[in-house]
Amino acid sequence: MKKFSAEKLNAIIAASGNAVYVPADVDTGLVEYKRYEEGTSVNLDACKASKSPKDLLFPQWENLMHFRMEGKTIEITEQARQEEDYVMFGVKACDIRAIEVLDKVFLADPVDTYYAARRNHGTIVGLACAEPEQSCFCMNFGIDPAQPAADVVLWKVDGEYYVETYSEKGEALTANWELEDADAAVVETAKKEIAEKAAALPFANLNISRFKGENMNELFESKKWKKLSAACLGCGSCTFVCPTCQCYDIRDYNTGHGIERYRCWDSCMYHDFTLMAAETPRPTQVERYRQRFMHKLVYFPANNDGMYSCVGCGRCVEKCPMNLNIVKVIKALGEEE
Amino acid sequence: MQKIGTAIYERAFELMNSGEVARVLGWEKGELVADWSVALFEDAEELKGLVYGDYAGANLSKTCVLRDLSKLEGKTLVILKPCDTLSFNQLLKEHRVVREKFYIIGAGCKGMKDENGLLAKCKTCKSKNFEVYDEIIDDEEARTVESADRFEEVAKLEAMTHEERFEFWRNELSRCIRCNACRNICPACTCRKCVFDNPDSGVAEKANVTDFQENLFHIIRAFHVAGRCTDCGECSRVCPQNIPLHLFNRKYIKDINELYGEYQAGEGEEERTPLTSYQQSDVEPSIVHTRGNA
Amino acid sequence: MNKEPLVPMLGVVTDVRIDTPDVKTFRVNALGGGKCFEHKPGQCAMLSIPGVGEAMFSITSSPTNKEFMEFSIKKCGCLTSWLHQMEPGQQITIRGPYGNNFPVETELKGQNLLFIAGGIGLAPLRSVINYCRANRENYGEIDIVYGSRSMDDLVDYKEIVSEWMEDKGIRVHLTIDRAQDGWDGHVGFVPAYVKELDFKPDCKVLICGPPIMIKFTLVELEKMGFSRTQIFTTMEMRMKCGIGKCGRCNIGNKYVCKDGPVFRFDELGELPDEY
Repeated sequence: MKKFSAEKLNAIIAASGNAVYVPADVDTGLVEYKRYEEGTSVNLDACKASKSPKDLLFPQWENLMHFRMEGKTIEITEQARQEEDYVMFGVKACDIRAIEVLDKVFLADPVDTYYAARRNHGTIVGLACAEPEQSCFCMNFGIDPAQPAADVVLWKVDGEYYVETYSEKGEALTANWELEDADAAVVETAKKEIAEKAAALPFANLNISRFKGENMNELFESKKWKKLSAACLGCGSCTFVCPTCQCYDIRDYNTGHGIERYRCWDSCMYHDFTLMAAETPRPTQVERYRQRFMHKLVYFPANNDGMYSCVGCGRCVEKCPMNLNIVKVIKALGEEE
Repeated sequence: MQKIGTAIYERAFELMNSGEVARVLGWEKGELVADWSVALFEDAEELKGLVYGDYAGANLSKTCVLRDLSKLEGKTLVILKPCDTLSFNQLLKEHRVVREKFYIIGAGCKGMKDENGLLAKCKTCKSKNFEVYDEIIDDEEARTVESADRFEEVAKLEAMTHEERFEFWRNELSRCIRCNACRNICPACTCRKCVFDNPDSGVAEKANVTDFQENLFHIIRAFHVAGRCTDCGECSRVCPQNIPLHLFNRKYIKDINELYGEYQAGEGEEERTPLTSYQQSDVEPSIVHTRGNA
Repeated sequence: MNKEPLVPMLGVVTDVRIDTPDVKTFRVNALGGGKCFEHKPGQCAMLSIPGVGEAMFSITSSPTNKEFMEFSIKKCGCLTSWLHQMEPGQQITIRGPYGNNFPVETELKGQNLLFIAGGIGLAPLRSVINYCRANRENYGEIDIVYGSRSMDDLVDYKEIVSEWMEDKGIRVHLTIDRAQDGWDGHVGFVPAYVKELDFKPDCKVLICGPPIMIKFTLVELEKMGFSRTQIFTTMEMRMKCGIGKCGRCNIGNKYVCKDGPVFRFDELGELPDEY
């Protein structure tokens, strides 16, 4: 176990490479992952960034390829994949589990090479969650907020960051850091404190046992969806702040100098998500709302050895304009009808 | 507020039990302190969850359109705060809701809160009057609320140089994730098919394909609602990225006030509105040019 | 499949056949001639005109056709309208093949087959029918029930009359919704015609067409004693990626693009009713 003083944080970040993405203050009350440069207001004390670092792996939009059309002929040029090594710094356990979820989708055969390139060039520095918030419920999904599954993990205790390295990528990174020897017992105590704080949170003990493949149709048919979704605006805020939502659209854009084929985030909450020329299998917001939660809590685990695609980060709890969220769904449907 | 809340609760039961209304659109408590959500109560059992109080910030007007409440059998009881009645009344003028299908309780309001305190939209409260209602449940306390000048922030923007203002908006809008929360909550945004969702419009987009795209989305949206926006402030309240979107609308409202005389969308009966009627006293189009260079 | 699953290859339209007032069949070759890729009966491909869009279409030609691929496409939206304007020589982008296929080498092998199609629903089945015709010794009796709105809306009519009807052991039963001059065949909807024909439940059924046709035909088949394990269909859903990632064609824990589009009705019955 090693450590460095919190005062040296910026120096450590600077020693981590050219491209280091850190949670930073960008506006009153808003923390976002930003590429570190001199003057960046690093904020590792905020419980969570407004959005997870999902954007670094699966950006809101990205060009996939370029077409040049001339007469009846077409020329295709692929967009270059990511080549720069980079570091995601200060990522919490929930957001790291979310990356595992994204891996299950994008790295499954056939591999999404755009995602894979970004994933392979990244090193993750995790940060134990010293102060989980009211809206947090990661522990329900087997996530330990005190032990993120990263290449390097930091624990902040009494003005010092304790450092443990877990992979070759992590070794390579911390080799450039100026560190002192540290007492591992301090971290063990800190972990216990985090566990106690987490256990005392309002959503610490959700009953998720009913959410599994065997109950798929029963949950799908529940009469409760109508009331649960009654206030849903059909916007995409829950989807876009969610660290695991990965549905996308592929569209073409005429730049005037050719066609860019790009992909962008899409939301199953949108009415046109499944709209075909003639009809849609999800005609009202009730079906769209149901799809999002069934996918996270039932369909995804049924295909991925029980791994839920909700990580309990609580962003949807905080951001939904109408205060609808997955906790309400879990509580309503988690009980037998 | 507690007194108002209790009175509304009791009145809602009376109205539902007597058959006067078939359902109630209101709020219910959430899982934490401040996360009340909008709820549609369809029977007396469900109605036990109805609450009204400090966290009833959401404007229910748009939900009346989204859920097509005007087309349902029987009347819907809808609870509207003074500022919400402006939105609802504007929807009436635009024939987006049918008056006879609603029983409106005008609910007294001292300013609504979230977990961080008074909502931004309530700091510049516009009115304590109810534009449309069947009955009012109010008290004296709720009629005396402090309010800051809502055009102060706009004046600050106007005082900036072109470059500063451009930089301000570029920075704010760069955070947009195009989740459409602002559009979907907006009671003035009631196009059956939004131009940004219509594949035949030629401008349908889900993301900002160039770094100026999302700026255009918000500017176009603000123009579309100009003259109809009541300044309810919901766009900024719901933005997950804390973008002060209401400032666009307020700028247009300020301009309308200055160029065509004081006007509040959602007030009064059917009328000719400043942007849809021509009068000889109207400013010349060159005003845009003149002011632009000021 | 291409190693870069989202990046298409180029194809060229070498022939355009007008089938009906709103259906055209496009012959597609690789730029250097030959086929763009091999496929199995029932599989699909993503076709696109850059700048207009990309969509999934079933490959209507048989895998046994070694020279080219064919797509029968009904004009019903933005992209298909553009495709209908194409002339021979036009390049398009193509990627695939996607999805599973009708189990012609396993469950269907050695069996009597009953094909039931409505309108453009013949497109995916044509691939299977021609595959079975090319490997005739592997299959028993073949019945084809095909219905359309009118005589003019029967896709592949020439091929049906000049080839399928001439084959031994293949019975073709055509029907149109309403009587019209020049038509002396059967008149009536597909479900009623299937009832009238009264098939013995000793065959496997492959059905594709409008949902309402499938729904009522299924009722008739079950009355005749068919079990859902004998009946196969191919599904349509909106798709963007074709590889089970974009999320659009998700039904329960299945993705139509990857786990389908071919489903047996008993499997379909286990999924949430959302298709």
